[in-house]
Amino acid sequence: MYLLKLIFRNAFRHKLRTALTILGIVIAVLAFGLLQTVVDAWYTGVNASSATRLITRNAISLIFPLPITYEDKIRHVPGVSTVSRSNWFGGIYIDKRNFFAQFATDAQPFFELYPEYHLAPDQMKAFVLDRKGCVVGRKLAQTYGWKLGDTIPLRGTIFPGNWEFVIRGIYEGAEAKTDESQFIFHWDYLNESIKKTSPRRANQVGIYLVGINDADRAAEISREIDAMFRNSLAETLTETEKAFALGFISMVEAIVAAIRIVSFVIIVIIMAVMANTMAMSARERTSEYATLKALGFGPVYVQTLIYGESLLIALSGGLLGIIATVPLVRGFGAVMVKLFPVFQFSPTTLAMQVGAVLVMGIVAAAVPAVRASRVRVAQGLRAIG
Amino acid sequence: MAIPFSYVVRNLGVRKVTTALTASGLALVVYVFATVLMLDAGLRQTLVDTGSPDNALVIRRGAETEVQSGVERAQADVVESQPEVALGLGGERLMSKETVVLISLNKRATEKPSNVVIRGVGPQGLALRPQVRLVEGRMFRPGTSEIIAGRAIGQRFAGAGIGETLRFGMRDWTVVGHFDAGHSGFNSEIWGDADQLIQAFRRNAYSSVIFRLTDAEGLDAVKARLESDPRLTVELKRESIFYAEQSEQLSTFIRYLGVTLSIIFSSGATIGAMITMYASVANRTAEIGTLRALGFRRASILWAFLLESLLLGLLGGILGVALASLMQWVSFSTMNFQTFSELAFSFTLTGKIVVESLIFSLIMGLAGGFLPAIRAARLKIVDSLRAA
Repeated sequence: MYLLKLIFRNAFRHKLRTALTILGIVIAVLAFGLLQTVVDAWYTGVNASSATRLITRNAISLIFPLPITYEDKIRHVPGVSTVSRSNWFGGIYIDKRNFFAQFATDAQPFFELYPEYHLAPDQMKAFVLDRKGCVVGRKLAQTYGWKLGDTIPLRGTIFPGNWEFVIRGIYEGAEAKTDESQFIFHWDYLNESIKKTSPRRANQVGIYLVGINDADRAAEISREIDAMFRNSLAETLTETEKAFALGFISMVEAIVAAIRIVSFVIIVIIMAVMANTMAMSARERTSEYATLKALGFGPVYVQTLIYGESLLIALSGGLLGIIATVPLVRGFGAVMVKLFPVFQFSPTTLAMQVGAVLVMGIVAAAVPAVRASRVRVAQGLRAIG
Repeated sequence: MAIPFSYVVRNLGVRKVTTALTASGLALVVYVFATVLMLDAGLRQTLVDTGSPDNALVIRRGAETEVQSGVERAQADVVESQPEVALGLGGERLMSKETVVLISLNKRATEKPSNVVIRGVGPQGLALRPQVRLVEGRMFRPGTSEIIAGRAIGQRFAGAGIGETLRFGMRDWTVVGHFDAGHSGFNSEIWGDADQLIQAFRRNAYSSVIFRLTDAEGLDAVKARLESDPRLTVELKRESIFYAEQSEQLSTFIRYLGVTLSIIFSSGATIGAMITMYASVANRTAEIGTLRALGFRRASILWAFLLESLLLGLLGGILGVALASLMQWVSFSTMNFQTFSELAFSFTLTGKIVVESLIFSLIMGLAGGFLPAIRAARLKIVDSLRAA
């Protein structure tokens, strides 16, 4: 008990210094938490993927489409339950900065494949009945203040022209990790329109979304699908939804890696600040440690004092930082909703924050503790703080 | 009277560990700050070098990138007949009808896929881009399944080395040469014969048309004429501007990220400097009293401590810039969100970045040292002498 009291008194002897150090740790823990959450946000698609969904795309690259005739062939592969199609539309809503994903798809199979997109039955019916209808995610509707019945104009970049869609449904995600910022409309509407303007580009599908019964057979079914179209004009590449999403991340991995590295750099910087604080405090108290030793306390006791003080400061800073992370992440997520549709503070990040704080506390105390335990009594008593 | 400079320097030397820890904290911040600036400078350098202000680029109206665009053969012919298209020495028209697509290639190191631009160029394609030079192997022969790869691609992607083949469009394409395109974005591309590639991909339209202007000022005239031509659905842009726009978002993203990180990090390091300087003042209370008793004024004391923390900042700044300068040998590649394709660029250190980083480190030193220096200057002679 007495030891704890001594540690506590020591830690707050220099109020200003301790306060500044704690502030530094708060900043580090906050920044670390925020950056890790940013990294997590890139992995949204991966986390939301299902093991029973495969994606079939053109083997050359995503910009090459597949013929519509593949749909029936894929459906007949044993083990395949549902097939849906999807075309990336890439339209611009008023201004280039208003970016969100738009897909042309077939309503019924799509919502069967994605049960985590909850759409009220009456809205589903209204969507199916309206050729120019579209369904948008809850967050997307919120961002732009859209409601049911609104007409949304999009300027086509891949499919030229001005397009108009009427919101017939707003879906909600089953879980917090579900992407609620998509814009879905009828593939048929897209196809009919292209037939009129550029017939050569009609009857083509961007990617096929393939639902399978048994997740364990994913690799086998993928191979089977790809084998069907080998040596054709449009060879396919089928992979799990997760692998498909990871493919996107690997393209920007340099940026993700940089953010990750930088998040550790801030920890190292504050570790230097913290180590400095501990080194200064320990140096100033050299004569006190010598006194303790002269009174008969062993080197372990002195070390415990220093480690305890360091951990106390680190943990107080860490606790404040973690408490502050929650509202910061929420605020940041609200501002960046266009860039990161799902922005969540994960338990892993929390655990890493705690781990970083503990490491900081221990590393900062290491050198001063060894020095203090080696102080010789006579020499230490002579030292002037 | 001013306190001697050597006194200030020696104070930093006395407490080596503290000085080193604080300076290295500052150095890391400056390193991150400088590195992000270098990355942005590298990206800009790449953009500036990629497009030429003398060239005009024709794409389909509304298309944001060459990959999205399509220019029908007949439309390309109309563009070719414009009087603004410059002629070469042999009387040939300096224009290239190109087909630009993305193919997914695996990286050698990680086997992860990334999208690489394949550009089919016309006979004058090389003449229009003087920055592109063959460095290894030979040029592809027109009318064959031969391709040449940018150096950045040849090193990093499987199948893009000389003698290796890539398979797409039901054909095997042999890489016969590597080219170096300076700092430009062409380094991240693969080139082949436009007419061969258009066949392989079963297309009937080019992606874009590039031509040299007879007069760089003449763009507006030909732009107005072509964009109002009812036979055409095209848009004209100066090549240099087109490429600058292509990476606008990436550049903005890097800059925002850099500014945010620098603000967060610098506040951390400034706190570190402040702790050090406060301790420095506390340890020397008696000394300060003595200096004052000797006749040094408050202003001199203030200046001496400010100078000390500025020196500390400068030390960190120099260390940080030195660390950052090592990054010049590292190349950075990522997907450009706008074009959906791989773009490689390098960290470029410019004089401006060095100056900015050093100023940044001095500001951190100043911010950290200001309050402690005021405390030092305010000490009363009697009290501080008694502190000993």
